Amino acid sequence: MYKTLLFMPGNNPGMLVSSDVLGTDAVLIDLEDAVAINEKDAARVLVVEYLKTFKNQTDVFVRINPLDTPFFYDDLDAIIDSEIEGIVLPKASVESMEALDKYLTEKNSDFKIIGLIETSLGLEMAMEILSKSKKVIGVLLGAEDLTLDLGAKRTKESEEIAYARSKIIAISKALQIEAIDTPFTDTDDYEGLKKDSLNAKDLGMTGKALISPRHVDIVNNVFAPSQAEIEYALRVVEGQKEAIQIGLGAFSLDGKMVDAPIIKRALNLLKMSGDYKEEYDELLK
Amino acid sequence: MNYLNNFNIDSIKVIDKSEYPTKGQKKNKVTENIDDLFKELNIKDGSVLSFHHHLRNGDHVTNLILKQVQKLGIKDITLVASSLFPTNKELIPLLKDGTIKNVVASYISGELAEAISHGELKGNIIMQSHGGRARSIANGELKIDVAFIASPSSDDKGNISGVNGINSCGSMGYAIADSMMSEKVVAVTDSLVEYPNYPTDITEDYVDHILLVDSIGLKSGIVSGTTQVTKDPIGLKIAKDTLKVMEASGLLKEGFSYQSGAGGISLAVTSFLRDYMLENDLKGGFASGGITGYLTDMLEEGLFESLYDVQCFDLEAIESLKKNPTHLRMSASQYGNPEVSAVVDNLDIVILGATEIDTDFNVNVMTGSHGMLMGGSGGHQDTAAGSKLSIIVSKLFSSRIPLIKDKVDVITTPGTTVDVLVTERGICVNPLRQDLIKQFNEAKLNVVDIKELKEYSEEIMGKAKPIEKTDRVIGISEYRDGKILDYIYEVK
Amino acid sequence: MAVINKMAKAGSVESNDILVMMSPGDGGIDLEIESIVYNQYGDDIKKTILDTLKEENITDVKVIINDKGALDFTIRARVKACIRRGSVQDV
Repeated sequence: MYKTLLFMPGNNPGMLVSSDVLGTDAVLIDLEDAVAINEKDAARVLVVEYLKTFKNQTDVFVRINPLDTPFFYDDLDAIIDSEIEGIVLPKASVESMEALDKYLTEKNSDFKIIGLIETSLGLEMAMEILSKSKKVIGVLLGAEDLTLDLGAKRTKESEEIAYARSKIIAISKALQIEAIDTPFTDTDDYEGLKKDSLNAKDLGMTGKALISPRHVDIVNNVFAPSQAEIEYALRVVEGQKEAIQIGLGAFSLDGKMVDAPIIKRALNLLKMSGDYKEEYDELLK
Repeated sequence: MNYLNNFNIDSIKVIDKSEYPTKGQKKNKVTENIDDLFKELNIKDGSVLSFHHHLRNGDHVTNLILKQVQKLGIKDITLVASSLFPTNKELIPLLKDGTIKNVVASYISGELAEAISHGELKGNIIMQSHGGRARSIANGELKIDVAFIASPSSDDKGNISGVNGINSCGSMGYAIADSMMSEKVVAVTDSLVEYPNYPTDITEDYVDHILLVDSIGLKSGIVSGTTQVTKDPIGLKIAKDTLKVMEASGLLKEGFSYQSGAGGISLAVTSFLRDYMLENDLKGGFASGGITGYLTDMLEEGLFESLYDVQCFDLEAIESLKKNPTHLRMSASQYGNPEVSAVVDNLDIVILGATEIDTDFNVNVMTGSHGMLMGGSGGHQDTAAGSKLSIIVSKLFSSRIPLIKDKVDVITTPGTTVDVLVTERGICVNPLRQDLIKQFNEAKLNVVDIKELKEYSEEIMGKAKPIEKTDRVIGISEYRDGKILDYIYEVK
Repeated sequence: MAVINKMAKAGSVESNDILVMMSPGDGGIDLEIESIVYNQYGDDIKKTILDTLKEENITDVKVIINDKGALDFTIRARVKACIRRGSVQDV
């Protein structure tokens, strides 16, 4: 699970080289908004050469250009052989998700997909869009473009995207994919960033995209489970293991009955903290 | 007093009444006439003249005085300047015509430095640390004939204050040894004030002459020394990791002492340290060195008990020196003289920069990637040697200019006094400090072998060709105790 | 085989980047390099550029380089991008 996913401009060699030392869980190399239209070709070559040369210590995704631009397939053709984790699909729609899935399947690629929902239509169709490919591991809310489409005013309080956030979160849980929150765009307002991230986490987001490397630590801290939470989750999981062994249907911990939702929450938390073990897969069956 | 041990003390004559003193003032020290002044100073071929750099790139005094020397046809001067800046490029013709023969400095940058690197000096350049300079002047090793002291303000008797006057510069720590030990001392000022001028940085008993000029400098150049906290995310990452290093060392406890350079990453360390101290309710003892507004804020917030200030980098520091009684002046000797008790010996942690570092942790901050002079030790040597923990902060990858090398161009600070290097790709610890390696591993810091980091960097950047030098030695890099650390060569 | 048949440039003079300019050649490779790290890496830079030109089958071109400390991957990328901008593919 990715707590932090940092956008890096695709045409900036200095930033690409250092993208894996910033402490972010995933790097999103951007060929779309961060690259001027007349530099799309050069950025594509630069990113490919970078990926060929460097073993990035962090999981890398590349945000390609949308299907309705002339660059969609050029971007894919260029990076299909690169060692990356997957693709961020901007302006995700039923058509573009189908096109991307078809392309990757034909190429026998195991790239994963993060669908970027940033239009009104995309939001309302999100369930269908994100179901179109088995390769989808996450959904990213793009609030800047979405509010533009909605005709809403974008504010730091973010009440205008409360519905979009909740809807995205509900769909992500239904599809068992990661729910990634929209970036906080004021690069100097750390208090605002913390508040915004906490809000997103409390609603159910599992991580947040970032546009500033200076935001990484704060957001990592917000989304990281606390030590007490991890310890409790481990006790829940160990208790359940024991219960299964001795054939108990349910058990109690600290005087409270532990049922499936509590176990599920504990497992999710351990995934987030990096303490998850494969053997836990059996615990909910 | 040779009669102290005289057994026949009654044989010594008392003076005659005709020899009794008369009441009255001593002669006037102030002149506006530089020609008259020079007649009295008796500067000759081969004289040693000193200057301080508190006015930094805004200084007018060094150029003004040396051009007068040139006008009088005096040759072979040894220029002892605590530092020289781009503004001193006006002195290049004086190297060529033989007015200036040798240069002794702690830092040198700009076109003058490049001219010297190209072999324009008839004599040599000696590069010292701030503490080493004070040592060699205080113990008489470096004899100065005349010290010209750019003075933001002086009264007519020569009480000099760095905080008064339109061209105020704050503390005048680098000029103190010169004023005490030179044969003659000239205060050069553009602001003659009522007696007594206070707070006093240099007192009248050390000052022989006062030269009143139109302007000693340009304010904008004087306070241009301040760098801002870096905004570069990689620099910030290094600064954050440096704080972790400090924490893991166990030195960040009540009453700790701290110094940092004025580079962007070093300032970022100070800024993160402030957050850390506020969060953990931690109060330090003293902070020292060149003082910036970042440190005076921390003093006023009660995060440090006191500041030891050898030079002020910005207006905030000057203001604070004026009003805060715990913002203390210190001379370069008290700062870092290795032959006496010095502030650096009480330092817990120092944060420093580096142009190059080798796998034995020897540091170069004197020459750049072209091999040309563009810096100098300043307090680098002194603080690295004195502190319990000296940390070098630098980016490993910056425009294909290699940081870690097999051999640095000129050794400025010996590796035996450098403890830790923090880069964006890991933390290197001097093998001499096994105690730190153990502590850092326990704290799960990303400790890497400096040799491995060098290999990784060469894998990415390629191995740099050595800088091409002639085999002509033009000067030496001196250690603070006066020993010769390394040679400086003429650049092709 | 590609031929440079018009002026083109790629890259920038930002630090860590390199500006590559190409124009049709006079029957060979004419390479002019300016670099902030020429003393240390001039030969490496030259080799990377010539290797990339060879890889892309460019034999006739005038190349002017303004390097601001770019690493090899950036040099290769900018040379390739410049070739694509300055050439039409022979089919």
